[in-house]
Amino acid sequence: MCLAIPGKIIEIDSHNALQAVVDVVGVRRTVDLGLLQDAPPIPGDWVLIHVGFAMSKISEADAADQMQTLRMLGEAQAAMEEVRGYGLEDDEEHPQPRPGLLQ
Amino acid sequence: MKFVDEFRAPELISKAGEEIRRLADPNRHYRIMEVCGGHTHAIYRFGLKDLLPDNVELIHGPGCPVCVLPMGRIDDGLSLADRPDFIFAAFGDMMRVPGTHGSPLEYKARGMDVRIVYSPADALKLARNNPEKHVMFFAIGFETTAPSTALTLVRAKAEGLRNFSVFCNHVTIIPAIRAILDSPDMRLDGFVGPGHVSTVIGCRPYDWIAKDAGKPVVVSGFEPLDILQSVVMLLRQLKNRESKVENQYKRVVPWEGNSAALRAMAETFELRPYFEWRGLGFISQSALKIRSSYAQWDSEQRFTVPGVRVTDPKAAQCGEVLKGVLKPEQCKLFGRECTPEQPVGALMVSSEGSCAAYYNYEHRKPVTIASAMAN
Repeated sequence: MCLAIPGKIIEIDSHNALQAVVDVVGVRRTVDLGLLQDAPPIPGDWVLIHVGFAMSKISEADAADQMQTLRMLGEAQAAMEEVRGYGLEDDEEHPQPRPGLLQ
Repeated sequence: MKFVDEFRAPELISKAGEEIRRLADPNRHYRIMEVCGGHTHAIYRFGLKDLLPDNVELIHGPGCPVCVLPMGRIDDGLSLADRPDFIFAAFGDMMRVPGTHGSPLEYKARGMDVRIVYSPADALKLARNNPEKHVMFFAIGFETTAPSTALTLVRAKAEGLRNFSVFCNHVTIIPAIRAILDSPDMRLDGFVGPGHVSTVIGCRPYDWIAKDAGKPVVVSGFEPLDILQSVVMLLRQLKNRESKVENQYKRVVPWEGNSAALRAMAETFELRPYFEWRGLGFISQSALKIRSSYAQWDSEQRFTVPGVRVTDPKAAQCGEVLKGVLKPEQCKLFGRECTPEQPVGALMVSSEGSCAAYYNYEHRKPVTIASAMAN
């Protein structure tokens, strides 16, 4: 729950500017951008996600560091489980994270 | 040896360790509290205390939301939702937390409709998908998760979704720090400030700790190097007889916090006059309740809450551990009756709880950075 998960903004929802598809290590899910509405991110930006909401913009290097920290803490699997769970979607319909990135 | 290769800048880790030894006065014992459970987890995982001299002690603070939630609130939430027309939705962290009559998972095994959600927005989605049921989202967390619950309430109201409510257990970190500083059996020299909570609230709310209580605060990131650098910054202030708020985690935490998140919280929440914390007792103005303008989406205003108060199992000494008075292994149940597989107290449930962290990383003695580097 307190995991901060780094993701890259892929595209903003054309019907709702406060929703965006993010990519987290190959898994794509929709997250809420409402908490960044004062300085909305654009595709290509990196964000830290808490419980399905993008909370802060970060640099690509910091995103890589954050993923590394999650890995070192043994939380990378939990983080991916959280991301896969966003939107109540189940695993079958969606790709697993790229192998090797979680070890 | 695995961790060492993965480690960013191991030479800087050694340097930080040396700097800590240089700054720490050998005639003084330093007690530094890391407020956030994420830091507690990292400190155990990386064996950071092995890098510190014996007279620099890290005390684990109250920043694990699952751990500080009193059992009565879990009982209240479960009893409210234990009806065939209800869905009880909560984060996965909550699922194994024991209530008097079992955890949410045990209620599920007995037939209650219990769902894990990873986002409050998904609890709202459950309500949309199940119009014949009432979805109650059991909300917990500090300021890291409270803004997401707040925006979810705003969305529920905007949609006019009637079959959704939030059982709000959000707490705020500053009053807990105040309660700890007021506690007579607690002597602290400084604080490693929470990283992600500060993304929301910024660094200003800690000003009084530095100015009025005279204790330095350094807001810190979660990498081993971040935490060690924060200890260096605290010791430097203490050596120079300073007490100010510093931000070690500038790459993520803006000094002013996240204004959109703070606005969403102000729109939907107000402070409760008091709230019970496990181990710390009742703390005034330490938790959030939903404003009357959102009463329709507040489980407590909409339904009758039993208001259960439960004393923790007598043998479990969660309170003392939570306040830093006892170390996890000094509790009589630790590692015997109470384990991560069969938790008696909440500190054993969450990976951010100091008992679970201690059990997983100290009790089982894995290879830590310090021991690996020494080899």
